[in-house]
Amino acid sequence: MTDEERRDFEATAQADKPLLQVDAVVRRFGEVSAVDHLSLDIRTGEFFALLGPSGCGKTTLLRMLGGFETPDGGRILLDGQDISGVPPHRRPVNMMFQNYALFPHLSVRDNIAFGLRRAGLPRAGIEARVTEMLALVSLDGMEKRKPEQLSGGQRQRVALARALARRPRLLLLDEPMAALDKKLRENTQAELMRLQRRLGMTFIIVTHDQEEAMMMADRIGVMNAGRLQQVATPRQLYEAPNSRWIAEFVGGINIIDGAVESSGRGRMSVATQSAGPVTVATPLQALTTDQVCVAIRPEKVRLSSGEAAPDAGDAAGTNRMEGVIAGVSYLGGQTRYQVRLDRGALLHASVANTVRREAEAFETAQRVVACFAPDDCMVLDR
Amino acid sequence: MSGRRLFATPARRAAVAPFLWMLLFFLLPFGFVLKISLSHAVMAQPPYLPVFDPAEGIAALKAAIAALSLDNFRLLASDHFYVLSYLRSVVVALVSTSILLAIGYPIAYGMSRLPARWQPIAMILVIVPFWTSFLVRVYAWINILQHDGILNNVLMALRLVSAPVVWLSTDAAMYIGLVYSYLPFMILPLYATLAKIDPALLEASADLGGSRLTTFWLVTVPLSLPGIGAGALLCFIPIVGEFVIPDLLAGSASPMIGQTLWLEFFNNHDWPVASAIAVVLLVLLLAPLLVYERVQRRRLEGTR
Ligand SMILES: Nc1ncnc2c1ncn2[C@@H]1O[C@H](COP(=O)(O)OP(=O)(O)OP(=O)(O)O)[C@@H](O)[C@H]1O
Ligand SMILES: [Mg+2]
Repeated sequence: MTDEERRDFEATAQADKPLLQVDAVVRRFGEVSAVDHLSLDIRTGEFFALLGPSGCGKTTLLRMLGGFETPDGGRILLDGQDISGVPPHRRPVNMMFQNYALFPHLSVRDNIAFGLRRAGLPRAGIEARVTEMLALVSLDGMEKRKPEQLSGGQRQRVALARALARRPRLLLLDEPMAALDKKLRENTQAELMRLQRRLGMTFIIVTHDQEEAMMMADRIGVMNAGRLQQVATPRQLYEAPNSRWIAEFVGGINIIDGAVESSGRGRMSVATQSAGPVTVATPLQALTTDQVCVAIRPEKVRLSSGEAAPDAGDAAGTNRMEGVIAGVSYLGGQTRYQVRLDRGALLHASVANTVRREAEAFETAQRVVACFAPDDCMVLDR
Repeated sequence: MSGRRLFATPARRAAVAPFLWMLLFFLLPFGFVLKISLSHAVMAQPPYLPVFDPAEGIAALKAAIAALSLDNFRLLASDHFYVLSYLRSVVVALVSTSILLAIGYPIAYGMSRLPARWQPIAMILVIVPFWTSFLVRVYAWINILQHDGILNNVLMALRLVSAPVVWLSTDAAMYIGLVYSYLPFMILPLYATLAKIDPALLEASADLGGSRLTTFWLVTVPLSLPGIGAGALLCFIPIVGEFVIPDLLAGSASPMIGQTLWLEFFNNHDWPVASAIAVVLLVLLLAPLLVYERVQRRRLEGTR
């Protein structure tokens, strides 16, 4: 068995046992709890993304995992062992820092080789690994440069290569691609995923780019004010957010406040002021009050011109609301419309531009009918 | 470039200021010293010949120039007394600078690690001795080091020695005085570079498996090299020419070059030899400065 195969084997063998257990961890800075009784399990080989607004504690959490902050409470277990007392240089964890932290006095090559030399790899092995890493981040030919002679994006790639080079059990990435252009970012994303699968590494990545998180991660954790609001697969997170806050934070959404009127046979009727009665599917988890909101993703709202006959194929109970186009934004692959409903609500609808000619487009001030299925609606506590 | 363009903007005009300063307070006086070093001593006022006097006309000026000679420099090179004096100065400066670095680095490092609000206080503590006259502080050391001074009293009280140690007029006393006096000049530039090091770099080193010691040698020390260079120069150069401390604290057996210069100037009234000593000293001290400048430039240019 080669080294890599063995690693793969071990990865599968341990797949269901969590590699990392974060147990009610707290970190306070004065009055603020940057991380507040946060618990999280990460499986071996998992690609986990952390999302959350600026200042919600993502970096602080990562720094505790790396050993740079000491938790004020709770435990962090790696392979079932409490690593709270283990200094950073003894942890099988590597971190890519948010501001890169490249050594200014060392060349790109020496920056990447730094961790490998500390690990006592033979010289030839180091050379090979550095070359491999340089190719991975498309920096071949730049190995002799100093960090100050690189662009922001190039620095970021050196930082990435340096953190990856040691092939740690757990790699922490703090906004690793924030400074890359779209093309390079997509390439790096794909490379990261490939590498992660191939080496059976476990990644925790912090990002502000939701699409990036969705594309790469097996699971996403959304943080707010030091707490994890929801941990779920990308699809669950998007289609079944567990709170109004998550629904609003992840992707675009229309939210209409209302009150539950009646329910039965898998359907629920919600009376709303700004959109009239809305029929929705009964949610799986029980609501705590009847003061609710209806949430619907823009791409699930279909538009048809006012005069056109209602779509014959629609199942019974489809919500139909009349209104006027109030705004149009053309975005290439899709067009976003703002529809002012006659009842008052402003509904966002995004329509995929599936054909080239413009015949299907709507114009501002045009009367339209907005339709959406009850199953596409979510009902959440207000 | 025409003069008009050189002085075109206020910024350009300001950039000329240091050169003007150099010209007025360094090059001009140095010109005088250089001229005197090429003259020979006489019992007169001024105590050297030839003297340039524009009033006596071109012919006299030509004769005066012809009378200049390198004799004083030949004397410096041939007389062991002067050569040894230069050598001792350089050795004393090297030894003191090494001790200063060994003591100053840990202090500066410690200062840079203090909580942010304590750092200005530590800085003030380093600078505070400057509030007392330098001479007074050296005299205070005489007091401390003398036969029945504080140092001997403490050593005797602790029973570390049975009889008072002779400190004064020894090299030990001189090194104590030098290190004490120049320590702030070593600490401040070191502290300035150490405090500037991004703590994230130390974390990155730890993250990549560097122990504290490895991190210190591979990250902290290389990044503080400019401070080490600046501190070493700031101490080495004045110590080579130091006069007061060796004169008051060291023995008289082998004088440093500053003392020799003083001797020539005030005791022997030999202004030309004294000037020649000063000129050679200046040339000697240019060497480390040029090396430093060269290294700095290479650092800035990197490996472009
Ligand atoms: N060393 C510190 N001292 C005091 N407060 C801190 C410190 N580090 C972080 N904080 C505070 O803790 C909170 C969380 O910070 P953190 O850096 O973890 O946020 P983040 O989620 O990484 O934000 P961003 O997305 O902007 O990077 C913030 O309110 C921040 O001000
Ligand atoms: Mg952050």
